[in-house]
Amino acid sequence: MSILTITDAEGRRIPAWRLLLRYVLLLAVLALTVGPFLWQLSTSLKGPGEDIFSSPPSFLPGHPTLDNYARVADTIPVWDYALNSLKVATANVVTNCVGSALAGYALARMRYRGRRAATLAFVLAMLVPVEGIIIAQFTTMRELGLNNTLIGVLLPGSVAAMNVLLMRNAFLNLPHEVEEAAFVDGANVWQRFLWIALPSVRGTLAVVAIFAFMGAWDDFLWPLIVLSDPGNFTLTIGLNYLHGTFANDERLVAAGTIIAVLPLIVLFACLQRFFFRGVGEGAVKG
Amino acid sequence: MKTPVVPSPTDSPPRRDTVAAVPAARRTRSGPGRSGHRISRHLPFSPWLFAAPGLLVVGTFSLFPFFSTLVNAFTDRRTLMPGKFVGLANFRELIHDDMFWTGLRNSTLYVLGVVPALVILPLLLAMLVQRHIPGIAFFRSAFYTPVVASIVVVGLIWVWMLDDRGLINAVLEAVGIGKVGFLSDQWLLLFSAMTVTVWKGLGYYMIIYLAALANVPRELHEAASVDGAGAVRRFFTVTVPAVRSTMVLVGALASVAAFKVFSEVYLMAGPSGGPAGEDTTLVMLVQRVGTGLTGRVGYASAISVVIFVVTVALMLLVLRADRKEDA
Repeated sequence: MSILTITDAEGRRIPAWRLLLRYVLLLAVLALTVGPFLWQLSTSLKGPGEDIFSSPPSFLPGHPTLDNYARVADTIPVWDYALNSLKVATANVVTNCVGSALAGYALARMRYRGRRAATLAFVLAMLVPVEGIIIAQFTTMRELGLNNTLIGVLLPGSVAAMNVLLMRNAFLNLPHEVEEAAFVDGANVWQRFLWIALPSVRGTLAVVAIFAFMGAWDDFLWPLIVLSDPGNFTLTIGLNYLHGTFANDERLVAAGTIIAVLPLIVLFACLQRFFFRGVGEGAVKG
Repeated sequence: MKTPVVPSPTDSPPRRDTVAAVPAARRTRSGPGRSGHRISRHLPFSPWLFAAPGLLVVGTFSLFPFFSTLVNAFTDRRTLMPGKFVGLANFRELIHDDMFWTGLRNSTLYVLGVVPALVILPLLLAMLVQRHIPGIAFFRSAFYTPVVASIVVVGLIWVWMLDDRGLINAVLEAVGIGKVGFLSDQWLLLFSAMTVTVWKGLGYYMIIYLAALANVPRELHEAASVDGAGAVRRFFTVTVPAVRSTMVLVGALASVAAFKVFSEVYLMAGPSGGPAGEDTTLVMLVQRVGTGLTGRVGYASAISVVIFVVTVALMLLVLRADRKEDA
């Protein structure tokens, strides 16, 4: 009899050997998915005197140092790039939350001529593959004089059609009665939206916010096209530049990638359930 | 955009709203007094004010570029030069452009290589993390980490892992296999990029499958067990049929994404697409010919139109395969 008895949902014991097999497999997959991140972290902490190419490889840095993080900042303005990414990502959260909540409410809760057409516009926009229209987006941005600016990076995704449709669904699922009571009490549409409907869809709004932040922070193709001046680079574009220019210094690239990925891993660790919920809702829509 | 809605005062009932909106409400629904329709009264323009920011962004940066791509494909427009109509000239040029065929080949290979793996592996992974055993929440989150990381981070991590002097080659050398040129051979490069795409996508599709698996009735598994079906048999006779519609969804999402692959190959093979550009994908080609001050907007748009057409065709193909299995 083992001390630790594991039972399944129905309360029956899972045989020990099957449990063991399951954990062995779980650990193997863990090594595959998280291992590469840890290897990158280890490389970033190895000093210039340490051989990073040794065979067999040494998994732990002999003398851990933050030297590479200081050196990467001397090579490219990595903290400015991080700040640019933070600006775009934060603005993207605000615009997406405000824009998609307003539009979602209009599509779900108001009645007017042209509502179907408006809904259709968002559905069609969601179906358009971004990769197929980047050149046209780029020429549009040039005509607006916004290429090579952070505003230009932000704008095309600032109110994503999918977020509008997510908010619409959330508002559709609210019972009518609550808003009706507020209406009888004399609340106008703006008050009903702000004080009654919006607080009830906080969960979906959180999903929109998180995915807006992650999407902007991680984006690569669009900023690569719209930004040309290294002074305005976001972090992902800066890393690509670092990799292309100083490819032979793996310690610096490793330090740069850790800087780029750490904030998101922290965010994910704190707000997991919204990430998972977003996958479910997004997949059903997408 | 908010101000016009606010003025109607809080303390007095919104009389004017009511008067203005009643005819509109009658037009749409003819059940006066029905709840859910009374509530819809508002200032005549407020719905459009609510929808305006979203419609403006989506119209300017999705719908308009889509139509302008369709139009540009038939012009010789360049970044700094307004184009003129050239009929099918861009498409005729495509047919004779070796790089276009290389791109089409690589993007198609990408779909064929990545999609089966992304339909099957995340399902197995979801089954592995389905049981509520101690620590399972940690494993689920850990397996999702690659999804959260930027594709640039993921690409650079694997460039270093697969480097001639990187971890994997060091291990291969230590066990006596010798170095493998993951990032120098044209085909190995493409294969390595596919592996990275699968690695990054596993956690995402795992979560989708996890939701689907939760809806498979336990009784089905138990009945099969009683009938003497082993784990493999149960997988094919119980699990797969139960999550089939999810597999189709994953297949559709993964194939559309795989055909539009850009970042992985761009980062691992370099902007020029590996040895002699042989690893160029279609989206890389669009980026290469369409951007910059001398960008050929018209020609890049023609390639984009091909991408639209193949994307729609892939969706229809997957959905059709679904229906055939039904029959």
